Amino acid sequence: MSFIPLFFVLPLLSAFLIPILGKIFKPLVWIVSTVVSFILFIIALYGLSATRVIPMIVYKMGNWPPPLGIVMAFDSYSALMVLVISILVFAGCLFSLRYMSHYTGQWKFYSLLMLMTAGMMGICITGDLFNMFVFLEIAAISSYALVAFGVGPEELEASFKYMVMGEIGGLTFLLSIALIYAKTSTLNLADISNSLQAIQGTTFFWMILGMLLFAFSIKAALVPFHSWLPDAHPAAPAPISSLLSGVFIKVLGIYTASRLIFNVFGLSRDTAPLFFNILIGLGFLSIIFAGLTALNQKDYKRLLGFSSVSQIGYIMLGFGIGNFNGVAGALFFILAHGVAKGLLFLTSGAVVNATGTRELTKIPGLGESMPTTAWSFRIGALSLIGLPPLVGFFAKFLIVLGAVEAGYLWIAIAAVVLSGLTLAYLLKIENNVFMKQGKTNAKQAPYTMRLAMVLLVVLALALGIGFLPIVEWVISPAAHALLRGLEYSQLVFSSMTFSF
Amino acid sequence: MKGMSLIVKTMTNIVIGFIFIYGVYIILHGHLTPGGGFAGGVIIAGAFVLRLLAFGGTTKSEKKSSTAGSVFESIGALLFILIAILGVVFVGAFFANFLPKGIPFHLVSAGIIPICNIAIAIKVGAGLFSIFLALAAMKYVIED
Amino acid sequence: MIIFGSCIVLFLIGLYAIVTKRNLIKIAIGFALIEYAVNLLFALIGFRSGALAPIITKLDTTHAFVDPIPQALVLTAIVIALGTTALMLTVILRIYNHYKTFDIAEIKKLKG
Repeated sequence: MSFIPLFFVLPLLSAFLIPILGKIFKPLVWIVSTVVSFILFIIALYGLSATRVIPMIVYKMGNWPPPLGIVMAFDSYSALMVLVISILVFAGCLFSLRYMSHYTGQWKFYSLLMLMTAGMMGICITGDLFNMFVFLEIAAISSYALVAFGVGPEELEASFKYMVMGEIGGLTFLLSIALIYAKTSTLNLADISNSLQAIQGTTFFWMILGMLLFAFSIKAALVPFHSWLPDAHPAAPAPISSLLSGVFIKVLGIYTASRLIFNVFGLSRDTAPLFFNILIGLGFLSIIFAGLTALNQKDYKRLLGFSSVSQIGYIMLGFGIGNFNGVAGALFFILAHGVAKGLLFLTSGAVVNATGTRELTKIPGLGESMPTTAWSFRIGALSLIGLPPLVGFFAKFLIVLGAVEAGYLWIAIAAVVLSGLTLAYLLKIENNVFMKQGKTNAKQAPYTMRLAMVLLVVLALALGIGFLPIVEWVISPAAHALLRGLEYSQLVFSSMTFSF
Repeated sequence: MKGMSLIVKTMTNIVIGFIFIYGVYIILHGHLTPGGGFAGGVIIAGAFVLRLLAFGGTTKSEKKSSTAGSVFESIGALLFILIAILGVVFVGAFFANFLPKGIPFHLVSAGIIPICNIAIAIKVGAGLFSIFLALAAMKYVIED
Repeated sequence: MIIFGSCIVLFLIGLYAIVTKRNLIKIAIGFALIEYAVNLLFALIGFRSGALAPIITKLDTTHAFVDPIPQALVLTAIVIALGTTALMLTVILRIYNHYKTFDIAEIKKLKG
């Protein structure tokens, strides 16, 4: 038996065991979730090492061969995404032990969390278009329920707005699946990419691509479809906010869009320069607009939400540049931003747990009373701004290098200058929360919450200092997997099965 | 929630058994005729909803129904995943059809498909009944 | 072609309801309209003229059948839409309990 189905079977199994276990013995639900996410992390590491030997591992569900049945196509890009998801879910589970202790109905939280994990994992490993839609809807519906978890008026309104916009994106995705099926009569990603060769460049091709880009821009919160994010992220509980900003918008928006653009539709910088310039334009729009709006925010988590929209713009910029360093920089940025933004949202959770408020002007100075939280925030912020030797610097450096190589010197300069915006709004939080003078009686964050934050800090440092092996072993194969383009389908059809 | 008049209660007593059996028929013939697990599950949930609407229920009985619904939903999903994992144990591929396929168009044929239909019907029936309880019957019940 | 065009028109009517209506329940109905339109389009794509419904009742299969894959996909899409509609209606009910109104202009607690 192969390890690939375990990625979504284990979270699904635990999601349905938790309601029964929650009635027998309450702390068991947290133990089950944390253990399952740790096991997923180990299997993700194993999958990463397996894809260095075999570039594409194909798993046939029920032994049905590819064009007839559903296949799981696991290559290096999938391995990278699965690794990021498992790291952040593990940190989130560790954090939620004490944070969720004053909510009622905790088994619902962990069950929904495991369902969301199963959905995200399923999107990353599947090789079938409708299967991707089903997993996307599983993850999306779990996240709508998780945003509305503490049922106050603010959370309900945020969840409703998020639900409306997210479902419009999901239904547009379904409509484009219907049109693709009408043209190609198959749902397998590799088979679709073969069939779409015949209609490359016609009006129908660009129309479907436009609809897909619209659907995924809503899910990835790119400007101008970002307005659900600054309402949904503050209203969700802190571990869910860190998961939403850290992996969710990247898996549902960026992974699906890049997989379809590069491997299925077969576009590249040389064949469709106008399209990639549009991606660069979307990226810059997000970076500038969201960065400027973040400067006037007075709510801790809302500011971090706008910052997430801004950083997703960097990832789109990297994909739009289109050469190897640009794409590798974008993928490294997914890893770096996931770790850093997840860490920042966890520190916001620690602050809310200690003081009970999110407004920047009302939080007393916490720099002396909560040193672990303050230093975690500082390291996460420095990684986001791009200071060596933290991991964010190397990610931005690769994107800038890619821009210089492609001849777009002005993009490189603009990307570096706009880091100043990131510095400005993160400095606002630092000044108002941690550097303010004044004595408070806020206690330090509980032990497991500090453990989760320190784990992510150590990762940010370790991935940065050891960036050369990470780029060579993890990021480079993933970028090659994307830039391979249409060879994806040849690899899927000719690949061997792999057993444990 | 309040019950309904005597005529409705009498008719429900007569009709509810037939609705339940019709639902079971649609589930079990899922591999031969249209329908299958989902449609049959909806019909069975309809039978339970009819009983609750006609006879009314106290808050305590509604709470018990909600707990039972949640447990049955998990049982249905776990049964489905168990069938998929048994495919790995017996054949080696996830979700493989490992039971003997039998003679076509008979009731006991087509491998694991009837058992999957039953599992889906349990889950869908329990899930729809829980949705009905959450939307219409229980107001502001906080548990745990 | 006219049938596909009318599906798109139904989709646009649902989109109009979501974007312009002020009552929360009307937004949920708009979603139901969009889901109907997409499912109908999907099921109609599998149609082949002069073919039977894809149920095999006898062992000799010399007749042509309509494409069964879109019908299976539509079944899955209907179940997903059911889950989404149930969640949306629950959230709308809870909003009503807090604000005592269904009007979306009154629920502006979040700004910016």
